[in-house]
Amino acid sequence: MTITLFHYLFVSGLLFAIGLAGVMLRRNIIIIFMCLELMLNAANLSLVAFSRFNLVDGLPNYNAQVLVFFIITVAAAEVAVGLAIIVALYRARQTTHVEDINSLKF
Amino acid sequence: MSPILFYFFAALTLIFGVAVVANRNPVASALCLVVSFLGLASLFVGLDAYFIAVVQVLVYAGAVMVLFLFIIMLLDLKAEERRKINLPAYAGGILVAVAFVAQLWLVLQRFSAAHAPFPTLWLKDGQTSVDDVRNVGTTLFSVDNLPFQVVGVLILVATIGVVVLSKRELK
Repeated sequence: MTITLFHYLFVSGLLFAIGLAGVMLRRNIIIIFMCLELMLNAANLSLVAFSRFNLVDGLPNYNAQVLVFFIITVAAAEVAVGLAIIVALYRARQTTHVEDINSLKF
Repeated sequence: MSPILFYFFAALTLIFGVAVVANRNPVASALCLVVSFLGLASLFVGLDAYFIAVVQVLVYAGAVMVLFLFIIMLLDLKAEERRKINLPAYAGGILVAVAFVAQLWLVLQRFSAAHAPFPTLWLKDGQTSVDDVRNVGTTLFSVDNLPFQVVGVLILVATIGVVVLSKRELK
């Protein structure tokens, strides 16, 4: 039994579903943030799988891999900014539990 | 990639991904996330994307995880105490995730091209694998040169933003 694109896409989808479930189930803002990273990585896996699947002149499609490179860069910047916001939030409220942060809740 | 290795690393990625969600202690979650990312990097190696695999390990397993662990220790977070769980939210979250996986399964079953094996690479004589870093670099600095520079500006903006946000007095 050979490994096909199907397997990679399904693993990618499962990883995305795990991240999605984590974002909706967990109430700790740092763990929600980790689950966001999980979802970004799931997207990267499907991009790399398609890059290997769609050969250009017998080589993987490197445009997809450059896109993955950009996603990793932007995700790293996002983590830095997001964690700085969490630290500022913790200074203001002394909590990382999302249900304690409800000033804007109607 | 041989099927055994694929299943091993896919299982590693998914099991530790579940552990990230299931752990009560944020430090344990962060460490599970590292293992999950390492498994993912191994899957990238199986797809002949060596450069992306190395960048994944350096950026995620290195930089991002250190940042997460620093913040968790800085905030001195303890394991979450059990609170009354919001049952509709739990059920809804699991339902959406399961519905997503079911729909993905149905769509992928009908996507016939995905069931063909991966095409073989055209390697020059004497090569055992692609010149991955060179090819990514060529694409990055020729076709995608402008986006590359824009990303540089983005990182500068993010750095300044983090410094401003981390000041003691936000004005």
